[in-house]
Amino acid sequence: MLNMYWEVVRIRFLMMLAYRVNYYSGIIIYSLNIGVYYFLWMAIYGDNSSLQAMTAVQMATYIAISWMSRAFYFNNIDREIAQEIRDGTVAIQLIRPYQYLFVKAFQGLGEGIFRLLLFSIPGMIIVSFIFPIDLPGISPAWGYFAISLFLGFIVNVQINLMTGLLAFYIMNNQGLIFSKRVVVDLLSGLIIPITFYPEWAQKIIMLLPFQAISYLPTMTLVKGISGSQFLDAVLIQLVWILLLWIPIYLVWRHARKQLIVQGG
Amino acid sequence: MLSIKAESLTKEFKVFQSRPGLKGAFRDLFNRQYRVIRAVDAIDLSVNQGEMVGYIGENGAGKSTTIKMLTGILQPTSGQLLVNGYDPHGQREQFVRTIGVVFGQRSQLWWDIAVQESFRLLQKVYRIPEQDFKPYLDRMIEVLNISPLLDQPVRKLSLGQRMRCELAAALIHQPALLFLDEPTIGLDVLVKENIRQFLKEINKEFGTTILLTTHDLADIEALCSRVVMLDKGKIIYDGGLQRLRNEWGDGKKIHIETVDTYTLSQLQAQTEGMKVHWIEEGPMRFTAILENGNAKVPEVISRIVEHVAVQEIQIEEASTEEIVRKIYQEGLVHA
Repeated sequence: MLNMYWEVVRIRFLMMLAYRVNYYSGIIIYSLNIGVYYFLWMAIYGDNSSLQAMTAVQMATYIAISWMSRAFYFNNIDREIAQEIRDGTVAIQLIRPYQYLFVKAFQGLGEGIFRLLLFSIPGMIIVSFIFPIDLPGISPAWGYFAISLFLGFIVNVQINLMTGLLAFYIMNNQGLIFSKRVVVDLLSGLIIPITFYPEWAQKIIMLLPFQAISYLPTMTLVKGISGSQFLDAVLIQLVWILLLWIPIYLVWRHARKQLIVQGG
Repeated sequence: MLSIKAESLTKEFKVFQSRPGLKGAFRDLFNRQYRVIRAVDAIDLSVNQGEMVGYIGENGAGKSTTIKMLTGILQPTSGQLLVNGYDPHGQREQFVRTIGVVFGQRSQLWWDIAVQESFRLLQKVYRIPEQDFKPYLDRMIEVLNISPLLDQPVRKLSLGQRMRCELAAALIHQPALLFLDEPTIGLDVLVKENIRQFLKEINKEFGTTILLTTHDLADIEALCSRVVMLDKGKIIYDGGLQRLRNEWGDGKKIHIETVDTYTLSQLQAQTEGMKVHWIEEGPMRFTAILENGNAKVPEVISRIVEHVAVQEIQIEEASTEEIVRKIYQEGLVHA
């Protein structure tokens, strides 16, 4: 069973290699983003050495880590699912003895692993030479970060699955997909760490699943969180993973009953 | 054993009906009107293991919808359905292991990767042990002549090349039942022939049941002993191809070119008492239409050549295509 899903990961890896130009342009975009946000935040810090219990160096590290993490957890499966629903290819997926949604999730993982190995890790090394960031050496913090990042990946996949599946009901959900992307970038703490939001906004954001994608994993590395604090963060992520399966399952079950294959 | 057993299988779709004009579009925003379309209307169908069945009908007759129900993609609105002993929609994951499907208009191979990578993925998907997989695949590669294509990405293949790969992909797990939805659409004569030959072999050797929809009746003539004809969601004919011909064929035609000029009545006189209708096509060209089953070709010819100097004789049988066209136009009233 798992054997097959790993094959899916491998195939996606090959597909990513087939479209290398995309990958090169991705490197440029991510480097630009890190640069832009670095200089923006350094301007905000000005002469202050610390804001909201975060030093300037920690902020630089936060930017680098969160963008490089994004390369791992970000994927386009929402757009792909919507596309397959719209042109009717989802029918082909249903004649295969596998779970469509799991296949999509593993395709996302294939994409993630590709970017992690060929993009995030080399990118991180380059960034650490250019900007003054502070990464822990060989320490268990990396292990904690890896666990948390993987859970963040799952939450993001779930949100993508949900967004994609809505194409069953809203045939053209490009706008929805785009706004979801902005919401995730904003509320997951990628653009602004959650502690920088006003008190009331923080309360709301803490009740949403998005923090589990980027903010929680990045903080484990930047602040070197461990022990009970780390367990709390992981617990929040796990709870969201469980909760998010419910609507996905219901929508998928309902959609499959209502399915009309587009284009004959 | 029955491969397919369907009883009063029905599928209805709710179709959104838009009102005309700008005003109508605004009204649609708040109050949508739906119309129920019955795409498949209470059909009964039994197919035995090892049969090759042609499933034909006009565009929109409900062929594809039936196939989609039989393959578990769509859930029937009502009716009983058992395919290979499974409920296709309810037991989807176990069920689809026992079938193979080719949709002529959609590719099920992975577009951006080499064909052999698709095959490898399918091997994992169907959990085929290597010792079974390799020899069987090698044989298909040889018969379908696709070995030069294996390392090419699917998007670079021509339609005919792709279709041969699709067939291999659909049969990779040796399914007992194969659905083909317009497998020869847009293919050239040679590839068509190649594919038909292959399907015949598969059917003979493995006893694979094949259900085929097509608009090319030559496919059906070459492959199927049984035809199921669908019109407006209902089965209007289910039986042998020969019976369809006998019942619906206009009868055979004999074209005669004479050496001298004759009148129509001279020829009519020769076949007096036989159910033959004569038409004058030109000064020295005549056609005799033999009423189905009541006049024999050899007898007509022997009577003619006795008294008429004939230059050339051509016998024409009503083609399946003609018969089917006639049924579509007139409806099957007396079936």
